[in-house]
Amino acid sequence: MEAEAAKLVGAGLAAIGAGMAAIGVGNVFGSFLESALRNPGAADGQQGRLFIGFAAAELLGLLSFVVAMILIFVA
Amino acid sequence: MHQFSIHPMFGTDGWEVAGYHIPFTNSALWMIIAAVGLLIFMIGGMKRELVPGRWQMAVESMTGFVDSMLAANIGPNGKKYVPYIFSLFMFILFANVLGLMPLALFGLHPFTFTSHFSATGVLAIMSFSIVLIVGFWKHKLHFFSLFVPHGTPLPMIPLIFVIELVSFLVRPFSLGLRLFVAMMAGHVLLEVLSGFVISGVNAGLGIGPVVSVLSFILMIAICALEILVAAIQAYVFALLTSLYLNDAENLH
Repeated sequence: MEAEAAKLVGAGLAAIGAGMAAIGVGNVFGSFLESALRNPGAADGQQGRLFIGFAAAELLGLLSFVVAMILIFVA
Repeated sequence: MHQFSIHPMFGTDGWEVAGYHIPFTNSALWMIIAAVGLLIFMIGGMKRELVPGRWQMAVESMTGFVDSMLAANIGPNGKKYVPYIFSLFMFILFANVLGLMPLALFGLHPFTFTSHFSATGVLAIMSFSIVLIVGFWKHKLHFFSLFVPHGTPLPMIPLIFVIELVSFLVRPFSLGLRLFVAMMAGHVLLEVLSGFVISGVNAGLGIGPVVSVLSFILMIAICALEILVAAIQAYVFALLTSLYLNDAENLH
């Protein structure tokens, strides 16, 4: 395989990471909603933690985007 | 990707510091526009009327939001960081939202300076250095106990120390990278979708309208999502900064 083609294939494979991060973010918000509906009184106090979890899950997806960008434009 | 290119506006000649030209770029122009917009927003709401009007209510809800976030995350010691976190949050929010404004309709091309790592990286370094200064000022060398949580078994200490140290040192990168990538990815996505709309129009009557109309509907939805992302990323940046400040202030 040519080096150029391998870079593009790698960038495409990095998109899997973005999809996985989407699962993670969905999981964070889904679990929050599920438990918030069980105990609405405690939901507001946990919003900070919700966004911390969201940020941590999202960062890993964004990193895969960075990997794709580096493969296409830099490497 | 013309929207991401930085070009000098004036000040290229005669201005030279250590062999580098220091021009006034469009990035700097939009930073100033964001700061002036923020200033107008604040001045309009700081009339301190007893019965607040709509504008004062908007400003007060913003300050109250940051205030309660710091009180929840740091505790009573967090009061002194309200000005910094508030400026950070509002500046990033204004920058993100201004970059999404459809000003190109009036011939003015908005530039999102938060979509550049050089801008967000400096903001992240600023937050990180405040954490370091506060931590070492307040706890002296005890600050290093941050890297060894309470009750760590003795044989685990070297391993845990290295892991915690790396996760601490990676913070400014992750902080800056998150904001920059989130903003850039959103703008690239909008550009790709608008490219689909234009190609669909050029493709003629057959498949063209299908592609164009579908992409355009998707684009409107993504625009709404981008407004949400602009607010969430500003919030996450402020929230994580306050969490890191909590580590420096209270040494978990």
